Amino acid sequence: MGALDRVAARAAAAEARLDALAAPAPAFAAERAEARARFLAMGLPGRRDEYWRFTDAAPLGAPTLKPTLKPAGQAAEADARLLADRDSLTIAFTDGRFDPALSSPDLAGQGIEVQRLATLKPGAEPGWAKALFGRLELLAQTPVPRPFATLATAAATDGVLLRVTGRVERPVYLDYRHSGTVTDAVLHHLVQLEPGAELTLLETGSAAHRFVTLAEVDVAEGARFHHVRLQGPDPDRLTATAMVTRLARGATAKSFTLAANGRLTRNEAVIEIAGDGAVAHVAGAALGDGADVPFLHDDTVFVTHGAVGCESRQVFKKVLRNGAVGTFQGKILVRSGAQKTDGYQISQALLLDDGSQFLGKPELEIYADDVKCSHGSTTGAIDETALFYLRSRGVPREDATALLVLSFLADAIAEVEEEALREAIVARLEEWLSAHRTAHRTVDRTALGGGAAQG
Amino acid sequence: MLDIRNLHAELEEGGKQILKGVNLTIEPGKVHAIMGPNGSGKSTLSYVLSGRDGYKVTQGSATLLGEDLLEMEPEERAAAGLFLAFQYPVEIPGVGNMTFLRTAVNAQRKAKGEPELSAGDFLREVREKAKRLHIDAEMLKRPVNVGFSGGEKKRNEILQMAMLEPRMCILDETDSGLDVDAMKLVSEGVNALRSPDRSFLVITHYQRLLDHIRPDVVHIMADGRIIRTGGPELALEVETNGYGDLLTAEGVR
Repeated sequence: MGALDRVAARAAAAEARLDALAAPAPAFAAERAEARARFLAMGLPGRRDEYWRFTDAAPLGAPTLKPTLKPAGQAAEADARLLADRDSLTIAFTDGRFDPALSSPDLAGQGIEVQRLATLKPGAEPGWAKALFGRLELLAQTPVPRPFATLATAAATDGVLLRVTGRVERPVYLDYRHSGTVTDAVLHHLVQLEPGAELTLLETGSAAHRFVTLAEVDVAEGARFHHVRLQGPDPDRLTATAMVTRLARGATAKSFTLAANGRLTRNEAVIEIAGDGAVAHVAGAALGDGADVPFLHDDTVFVTHGAVGCESRQVFKKVLRNGAVGTFQGKILVRSGAQKTDGYQISQALLLDDGSQFLGKPELEIYADDVKCSHGSTTGAIDETALFYLRSRGVPREDATALLVLSFLADAIAEVEEEALREAIVARLEEWLSAHRTAHRTVDRTALGGGAAQG
Repeated sequence: MLDIRNLHAELEEGGKQILKGVNLTIEPGKVHAIMGPNGSGKSTLSYVLSGRDGYKVTQGSATLLGEDLLEMEPEERAAAGLFLAFQYPVEIPGVGNMTFLRTAVNAQRKAKGEPELSAGDFLREVREKAKRLHIDAEMLKRPVNVGFSGGEKKRNEILQMAMLEPRMCILDETDSGLDVDAMKLVSEGVNALRSPDRSFLVITHYQRLLDHIRPDVVHIMADGRIIRTGGPELALEVETNGYGDLLTAEGVR
């Protein structure tokens, strides 16, 4: 196939993917049309693409999928919310559609304006949203194309538009569910934090078997944005998320994702530090077991320092077993003039057996001369001495392993600022680990050769 | 209590023989000490008894209260009443000392078919026992052994011992890395746990620990065997003369 044919084929595949989706929300018509053109020109990613070498994008790019029926127990667990008892402004999407029954009755609050993309009248888009919609996503396309983010700009059926003007105590909760009958959902959120505003955004679940989301987050001067996402055990999950965050002077953005078994998860975080003294942290903990369905979890992060005296941290941890595959691609780009940058990146994997795999691609690109940047990437097994220490105290092997898994993930969880959230995350992890132990006890004893001691 | 007969063990990797026929019987309520030069197999004996990976028993037996230790997993040995105080207690970042203690206590209760301790009962007990060892509440909240001083780590081992209430305690060079005051504190903790149905095996290089934890019987170990057994005076003899004469007399070198 010639080069031109290849381009045509890629465009055709991209078009097929778009055309198989439900009709997008009507607002932002011009921006959507422009994004559609960009998406077709870009095409779907493949293994030849630098940032898709480790992750097979084919399941995300195929125009249609067979619907799957997920086991009821799995669904409940995947959808279980963090901080279930905390009062929150909940906006729920089931199968990609707004679900009023699960949502707060009144989508409003002190210091926050909430609108939905699907109900926004064409021509009545607020100015702040016009300035944001597809703009940060476009910014994130250089130097690395992110086709699924563009797909969301072009084709989202719904999403939330949040404008935060004050310090909002009540978290905004995006609660995603799926019934198994709908294969695709595409959502697009806009978050504008005005100067000095503060918001905690929580997300749980997957709104469809295959779920593509884009969040464009603009954090103005001195504003603070906290984000915690939970991608629970869900064997159906095929997800491509992108969060593009821009920070102005003195702004803070902290994002943390806790993920467990899912077939294919690609979480992209693009952070554009545009104002002096801004702070951006992005972290993740993933627990993958490939025993029942394959597990592939990919964190792809790109942090650009474009201002003076800013701090960025990336802390990603993965625990992998039974052929699970974890990928981390993280980059820190320091532009010339971004002096006194403090950039940090660590990615670590704990492999619980020989069959699992961690693929790491840490990158630093620095054009300023007065910066402090460090990165590290490690892959290791359970510390046998620590395991023995715990077992010598009477803790059975599997429970001891679970404790050491928690220990391994602790640094990433520590990135979450709020204590109640940290506790909820640890509690959820403990639940998962305990459920896993019950389900796999017999398997583990054989696989790990429980009786290999002396004798 | 503990009965070791003709125990032979080698390293799984390389097959180097370390224990070459250890015989040792410890009666209930007794404190035995094992002294010996570096490389004599003292620590290996403690690891083989507690079931650490990496060693292969080639001959002999070890029973605790009549149960075959060597057939058990490490956690089963713990539930059977064995406790090893580590020479180098392991740091476990991100896991609170309290969580660790509670997990261990309840795992052993479960193994014995006893109900788990409630959070309240556990807390009361751990506070009371920690107080006796001069372990402050703040140390209980910290991750296991992380940022603990040498003395704090060893006190933490004794606290675990106090909570788990084992029948047979092995102290592997508990005095290493301790100053005089810390050694005294740890020894007091151990002495408080002495009882007619609990035995101790104290492994040490030096006699001074035995000033604080008074042994009933002292063994000298060399080249993978116990070469001499005596009373507390044997430790003093070693302290004065070193191991040299003893080893020569017993034909070890």
